[in-house]
Amino acid sequence: MTETQVEQRMEGASARRRRGGHPSPKEYVRIAIVLAGITGLEVAVYYIDAVRDFLIPMLFAFSLIKFALVALWFMHLRFDSRVYARFFAMGLAFAITLFVIVLLTFGVFAR
Amino acid sequence: MAETLRHEASHDTSTGLPNTKLAMWLFLASDCLFFGALIASYVLYRGASLTGPYPNDVFDIPYTSVSSFVLLASSLTMVLALSAFQREDPARGRLWLVTTALLGLTFVGGQAYEFTTFYREGLSLSANLFGSTFFVLTGFHGAHVAIGILMLLSLSAMSFAGKLPGDQSFPVEMVGLYWHFVDIVWIVIFTVVYLIPTPNPT
Repeated sequence: MTETQVEQRMEGASARRRRGGHPSPKEYVRIAIVLAGITGLEVAVYYIDAVRDFLIPMLFAFSLIKFALVALWFMHLRFDSRVYARFFAMGLAFAITLFVIVLLTFGVFAR
Repeated sequence: MAETLRHEASHDTSTGLPNTKLAMWLFLASDCLFFGALIASYVLYRGASLTGPYPNDVFDIPYTSVSSFVLLASSLTMVLALSAFQREDPARGRLWLVTTALLGLTFVGGQAYEFTTFYREGLSLSANLFGSTFFVLTGFHGAHVAIGILMLLSLSAMSFAGKLPGDQSFPVEMVGLYWHFVDIVWIVIFTVVYLIPTPNPT
């Protein structure tokens, strides 16, 4: 590695430290473009009759990817201490458990 | 990771992490349960309304899609605000904060227009099960967005007045966490409520 490359790496690391280990504005813009693209796809598949049979799994998959991108990059769960991620995962797990129990109790899946 | 830990270790708490941030994540975790219950109620009563209007009669997907894009864009401007404050550029940070608040206002304004339109078409809180569960779920989400807007505007005003504490980026990060949470809840609502088709009862 050349001296210039080492300096560039050190500068990059220093800038990242100033941002608290968070991504750069360019990375944020890239994530936002991906999110906008997925939202566009979601709306597009809603109107495509050929994928009607797979519509619900596809929509859930798109929604899950968007959810993960926002939580991991914009909310910094990928970069911050794992304790925050555990807190949030605990809340999500409780919410999903509650959701499934309510729907099972009222036989929604059997309809 | 090591960088992050060094950054977090500067906080003089028993966990080495800022208590305010832990409290914010705990609050967001509890809010997951709140929205989980509301979404479960909506799904439970899907297609169970005995009288109209039904979702297919009132929903305008292109209109709501634009609202979703607006809210997603506000998440981007929010992280750009945080990034600017972290780079110690408060002027740019305030600009992004105000932009985020304006995008939030556009979303809430769009929701108010949507609610008014639905009401004119006969859908009210007491019209049928769809109306009750839809207005409660999306109304509470709208209330969260409205609170977020107030937080953003307060933060901008405090920054203008120079009343933000030493590390100006920390309160911005906390408000940002709340704002992104509101965004991810909308990601779920948009899919579950608007995009997944509900057949009209026969």
